[in-house]
Amino acid sequence: MQLAKHLNPKIFDNDIERIPNRDGFGDGLVEAGEKNPNVIALSADLTESTRVNLFAEKFPERFVQCGVAEQNMASVASGLAAVGKIPFIASYAMFSPGRSWEQIRTTIAYNDQNVKVIGAHSGVSVGPDGATHQAIEDIAIMRVIPNIVVIAPADIHEAKKAVLWAADYEGPVYIRLGRSAVPVVTTKDSPFEFGKGQIMVERTTHTKQSVGIISTGSMLHNAILAAKELNDLGVGTSVLHIPTIKPLDEEAVLDLAETHDLTVTVEEHQRSGGLGGAVAEFLSEKRPTKQIRIGVDNQFGQSGEPDELVAHYKMDKDSITKAVREVFSI
Amino acid sequence: MYYLSDKEVKALEKSANDIRQSIIEMLMAAGSGHTAGPLGMADIFTLLYFHILKHNPKDPDWSERDRLILSNGHICPVLYATLAHRGYFPVEELLTLRQFGSRLQGHPHRGALPGIETTSGPLGSGLSQAVGMSMGLRMNNEYTSQYVYCLMSDGELQEGQTWEAIMMAGKEKLHNLIAIIDRNGIQIDGNTEDVMPLEPLRDKFESFNFDVQEVDGHNMRMVADAIGKAQAVYSQPSVIIAHTIPGKGVDIFERDYRWHGNPPGKGPEDKVKKPEQGKEALRQLRSFGGSISPSHLD
Repeated sequence: MQLAKHLNPKIFDNDIERIPNRDGFGDGLVEAGEKNPNVIALSADLTESTRVNLFAEKFPERFVQCGVAEQNMASVASGLAAVGKIPFIASYAMFSPGRSWEQIRTTIAYNDQNVKVIGAHSGVSVGPDGATHQAIEDIAIMRVIPNIVVIAPADIHEAKKAVLWAADYEGPVYIRLGRSAVPVVTTKDSPFEFGKGQIMVERTTHTKQSVGIISTGSMLHNAILAAKELNDLGVGTSVLHIPTIKPLDEEAVLDLAETHDLTVTVEEHQRSGGLGGAVAEFLSEKRPTKQIRIGVDNQFGQSGEPDELVAHYKMDKDSITKAVREVFSI
Repeated sequence: MYYLSDKEVKALEKSANDIRQSIIEMLMAAGSGHTAGPLGMADIFTLLYFHILKHNPKDPDWSERDRLILSNGHICPVLYATLAHRGYFPVEELLTLRQFGSRLQGHPHRGALPGIETTSGPLGSGLSQAVGMSMGLRMNNEYTSQYVYCLMSDGELQEGQTWEAIMMAGKEKLHNLIAIIDRNGIQIDGNTEDVMPLEPLRDKFESFNFDVQEVDGHNMRMVADAIGKAQAVYSQPSVIIAHTIPGKGVDIFERDYRWHGNPPGKGPEDKVKKPEQGKEALRQLRSFGGSISPSHLD
């Protein structure tokens, strides 16, 4: 199998660096603020844990503390955008967009205001805080709204690039981040292109069976580990990384589906409505394809350690390989 | 401060009456929509667009303009009629209200029509947007004299988000924010004080660090005076609680919550049968000049 250029050389090592991808948001926001004086940051009493504190310290006059009021924050940001500002609103995904969905739909997306919604602490890997704080429905509720872009970066580098891109893009954006330290899969030099997927693993050819894995967010690492194991087992496995869930890179998804026997989607989200849903909706119309959707199966999360929860809800490397092996009876 | 001569008051009242007639015609053509709120706010909309606002109908996006946010989007017939009579778009287009393909959507949509500052309909989010606009304008210029007027209903104060915005406006001491509440006392299900009481409303706003004034919302001089005073408040946001008569100008509509969400032709029949309701409303507006009821604060 062939790995993409610019991946972390320690990709298969146990001691690969682990950093929360929200750190990339914090760095990217400061850099965006340096580049453009119209960039504004808003927080709903979660300034440090969303990493907005870096921006707030550097540009106090452009930082707006909203208190614990996510619905107001969304619409205040809409108003700021209406007079030419570029507001980033940051909270936990469970509260924004979770609690402020209608405000985001009406006052940001339908109103076509240039607001960037940053949802940190998505996924069960939020860990000990438990299900109330683990957003695993956010991709679905954002993806269904017209006129909003949905991005789930894999790691710190991709998060930073996505934030810098979003600051330049004119229109509503949702960026999904996590809480826990996750493997740094890409590097500073890895390309990030809006709306484009990227082949991270190209399969071993001349195998009897083949599988195309499509991953988003920090699940990219598990997808790559599973691909290695499957290729070693003689199942030609490729990995397509999709940071931009909406708009979906249909060309890349179709190409993957056409060149592999089986499609597998992997995300730290409910199995319905997220990346798996987006891929299934598209392929069912264009090229009906057997697809396995790896994700949380219609359940709420619970307290625990991030890795243990990801394994419990069957999104770890072993769960991915097991699901594929069952299909191919190997 | 705003000085209004007798002649100017008469001219404004004439424009308000024209706008009320357009509202009736629009609602009759649409066959749905809200009656009481738009008629009740016609005087305030007229005063703002014909005398107070810094704006330019020929250049709706002029960057130095004041901003007028309509938070309770369901009273948009009065916004549309006022914009048309003020020259933002042809008056004839008013009759397309709520029709397929019309720029006059059932609730206002930014970008659909010149002069619409924001999309609204779901209640309680306009003040938040006005707070954002006030803050953004103040970031550009600390002593900005660009004002943000947020027109709100009393019923929508039941939305929690409104109080999040009120809290924030007080915290940020938004001197350029002026909220105007249409205190007509009704909402769809009944009188506000029966559905979910809002009183003591003045005390609530004062305790959230607002400068509060109460006016007769049909008295041009009184409202203009209050707006002038609100502009002069430099360390607080302002709210003007405008006591209005829902359905103002047509006796069959006035003070009756059943006319909140019904158009002429589909409302209660105890005074006038449905087919005659629109005609009767126009007859009253044309013959009495919309001055049937005395000001209720007299």
